[in-house]
Amino acid sequence: MTAVALLASAGAGSFPVLPALVVTPALGALMVLVLPRGRPELLKLVAILASTVTGAMSFWLLSAFDIGDPGFQFLSETSWISDLGIAWLFGIDGISLFLVVLTGLLFPVALMAIDPGHDARPYYAWMLLLEAGVMGVFSSLDLIVFFLCFEVVLVPMYFLIGRWGHGNSARAATKFFLYTMAGSALMLVGILALAFLHADATGAALSFDVVAIAESQSLSTGAARWIFAAFAVAFAVKVPIFPLHTWLPDAHTEAPTAGSVILAGVLLKLGTYGFLRFGLYLFPEASHYFAPVFLTLGVVGIVYGAVVATMQADLKRLVAYSSVAHLGFIVLGTFALNTEGIEGGLLQMVNHGVSTGALFLLVGMIYERRRTRLIGELGGLQKSAPIMAGIFMVVMLSSIGLPGLNGFVGEFLVLLGAFNAHRWWAVVAAAGVILAALYLLWAYQRVFHGPAEGDNADMPDLSLREALVMAPLLALIVFMGVYPKPVIERMEPAVDALVVHVERHVDGFSEPVTQMGSDIGPAADDHGEHG
Amino acid sequence: MAAVASPVVSWWALVPLVTFAAAGFLLLTMASLVRRPPAVLAPAWTVAAGVAVLGYTVPMWSRVGSDGASSFLAGAVGVDASSVFVTGILAVAVIAAALIAHDYLPREDLPGVEFYVLLLLSAAGGVVMASANDLIVLFLGLEVLSIAVYVLAAMHLRRIESQEAALKYFLLGAFSSAFLLYGIALVYGATGSTNMATISAYLARTVLIDDAMLLAGLALLLVGLGFKVAVVPFHAWTPDVYQGAPTPVVAWMAAGVKAAGFAALMRVFVLTFGTHVSDWRPAFQVIAAATVLVGAVVAVVQTDVKRMLAYSSIVHAGFILVGLQAATDRGNSSVLTYLAVYALLTVGSFAVVTVVGGTGDSSHGLDSYRGLGRRRPLLAGAFAVLLLGQAGIPFTGGFVVKLGVLVAAVDMGSYWLAGAAMLAAAIAAFVYLRVLVAMYLQEAATGSEPAGAVPAGALVVIVVSAATVLLAGLLPGPLLDIARDAVPVLVVG
Repeated sequence: MTAVALLASAGAGSFPVLPALVVTPALGALMVLVLPRGRPELLKLVAILASTVTGAMSFWLLSAFDIGDPGFQFLSETSWISDLGIAWLFGIDGISLFLVVLTGLLFPVALMAIDPGHDARPYYAWMLLLEAGVMGVFSSLDLIVFFLCFEVVLVPMYFLIGRWGHGNSARAATKFFLYTMAGSALMLVGILALAFLHADATGAALSFDVVAIAESQSLSTGAARWIFAAFAVAFAVKVPIFPLHTWLPDAHTEAPTAGSVILAGVLLKLGTYGFLRFGLYLFPEASHYFAPVFLTLGVVGIVYGAVVATMQADLKRLVAYSSVAHLGFIVLGTFALNTEGIEGGLLQMVNHGVSTGALFLLVGMIYERRRTRLIGELGGLQKSAPIMAGIFMVVMLSSIGLPGLNGFVGEFLVLLGAFNAHRWWAVVAAAGVILAALYLLWAYQRVFHGPAEGDNADMPDLSLREALVMAPLLALIVFMGVYPKPVIERMEPAVDALVVHVERHVDGFSEPVTQMGSDIGPAADDHGEHG
Repeated sequence: MAAVASPVVSWWALVPLVTFAAAGFLLLTMASLVRRPPAVLAPAWTVAAGVAVLGYTVPMWSRVGSDGASSFLAGAVGVDASSVFVTGILAVAVIAAALIAHDYLPREDLPGVEFYVLLLLSAAGGVVMASANDLIVLFLGLEVLSIAVYVLAAMHLRRIESQEAALKYFLLGAFSSAFLLYGIALVYGATGSTNMATISAYLARTVLIDDAMLLAGLALLLVGLGFKVAVVPFHAWTPDVYQGAPTPVVAWMAAGVKAAGFAALMRVFVLTFGTHVSDWRPAFQVIAAATVLVGAVVAVVQTDVKRMLAYSSIVHAGFILVGLQAATDRGNSSVLTYLAVYALLTVGSFAVVTVVGGTGDSSHGLDSYRGLGRRRPLLAGAFAVLLLGQAGIPFTGGFVVKLGVLVAAVDMGSYWLAGAAMLAAAIAAFVYLRVLVAMYLQEAATGSEPAGAVPAGALVVIVVSAATVLLAGLLPGPLLDIARDAVPVLVVG
């Protein structure tokens, strides 16, 4: 069934909430641009208001979301370039829902937490445009519109890193822009080829509707593999998957704090989300065919990211490399091609957004106070800033994957899925968990423990505003660790449907649930039975 | 005694040509009669002629739409929707060049009237090219267009670079005209006619046993026209000429001459020799791939913004060829849309370059753009839009037209060519980023001149082009609809 047909059955006339998610921040950006530049507090108010309204709408989606429905919901369609069958086609399922919510959460947090310092007007305008673009990526079901949003987020991010970043930010911004643009260059050709081949094979009019193309699976195996490769390069750069990750440490380190939060929290998910929606869903056979490559690269990324993170002298760079490791987990889970793996990967996307976003915020707060991020120059901060130390501790433990916090649930599911599918990869990946504990605890120890000397001794603790900004993130970290059911039950139907879709279109492939009759524990029974 | 049959003349279709030519000659006459014409006369006159032609394309368009394409003057000139479309682009380019020049010429203390006269005559030549139905007429149009531009390139008498540019352009242009003529002669030898419609009909019903002469003629035509639109390997003149020629002239060269050149390429190859598409398409594909890649790679190492834009115009020419080689209706309309948006992008960009270039038309280094975002926010903002448009960033017209040519290429199954074009676009993005970095991420060089007001003419061009490029990116429907209807056809007279 095409998305358009779904749309008709969904009943028109309801409020187009998904387009509103894109339009609201864009309108906010326009409003910021016409406001007088001399009133930064007014600009900030408008920016926060626009992003909070967007965030509120995305949270409303959580409750309005039909839990049992594996398909796309909140569909809306507006014709755009009718000649080519390109339309503003929006819809979300259990896979994109939480990424939309994550975006809706992180933008207001990032806007409230940090002031740009200079040039407030363009800063807020770019942030809001970025939010509009990201929302568009996560909710569009038209390949061209997806590509448009995927590409257009580069521009705000480029300016945010370049103008408000630290150090050699112009170079980092340019590197970021060129890497991602070069990566996605071939994707557009792939999209066009896909649509034309689909139209030829089915005799239908030219259309870029993801659902229609994915459900018909009309391409030859060879063509599908080529086009998947074109898509995969774009996503692999964006994720980033080792060895295409070299833009990430620079961009993260030189970006302003808000930029790092958004980059880590949301932008990296564009790639992993792309693999799910436009990799597995569109090209199940090719995804299965190439899965060993991505599994291996994912594991390499986990170990490599962890090892390199251990060596970093710069706290922000350490967090950046930890992202490489975490995203390796997500890739591993995705290409395990079973419900546990994909669900775990999806959970990790949200977890990584929350935890790493919070870590970048904390590093930014330390930097604001001490004007340095070098671990060697910090020490004993626990004495002067006990609240900050406590929050840092919780966030760090969540990033390590301590049971009871959110990171554990995702990582466990990923490892479970990977273990069922490819045992030895999971074994190596599990070593990454230990390494994560090593580099994060060691960094924590050097920064917060020990004697406090010089400026470290009288560093001010978190202000009320900063504590309030951290509060929702902390609440989520604990909530999702203790009671992930509301999240998982919304994801599961869509993930199950995806796995079934892959099974149906790959000859001789069935979801790797339990191998060799081994009993892997209760979680496998809970989540495996649906596949 | 039988009366001599005089050819049918459809005067209504000749209005754009006559307007441009007559406006040029009248301006020349007026200026020689009045002792000291007011400075605003010539630019206002030129803009008025451009606006008149642009306005006239509307009734002309609807007449062509309802009556269909037609040819007259014994089948030598044809008018179809595509020629009306290209005429509109030429009119816009004339208006923009005149507006930019209005401030530029007094600033550089250059003779005022001649520039506009030559511009109008050159535009008349472009209109002839866009509606030529006969290879000889095409050649006439090309020469009228080119000779005027040779002189325009040399207008800046006190800059040796301007003289150098003009000489280079003239010598190479004369050579390419010779190639074109020789190609026409060979085609005549092979088919027995210079009339495009006749040639096309002849080739459709005749299988040439020995088509060597025809193919040689096609190759020479490609060389001659390829030089005008500056595709690799006939591009070498472009950076030098763009760098040396007065900037308003460059705006006209990049927007107007290229539009006329591509219209001619389309009429000659896609329409006239459409039957031999399998012969010329491989050559076009190789040239297109080489053009986008060479243009993009070489653009990266430039430090002079005018040279950067010259190489970027080469990349754009390659992109247009990617659409042209498809030789389908979709390809043709993608070429026309590209020409329209590209004209706006270039006139806007060169208007900015004219303003930043300052007195002497010499500050074109990347350093002159440093800190522009702070010194002149409006100018820098509009330039940023235009540069992002040239880079093909989504929600600018630049993306829409790039998408168009890629769709045409992929539709034909030319995947590798589309891939090469996208790779080149990614490389070329670096060029535009370098300018953006200079404008926004670097502080102004010490001792740089304080910001003055942007002259009104250039300001109009910059703001209107940037706004239109954005609008075309957000709501591309109307433009695409018009271009879809602007199908070029050949009609036997």
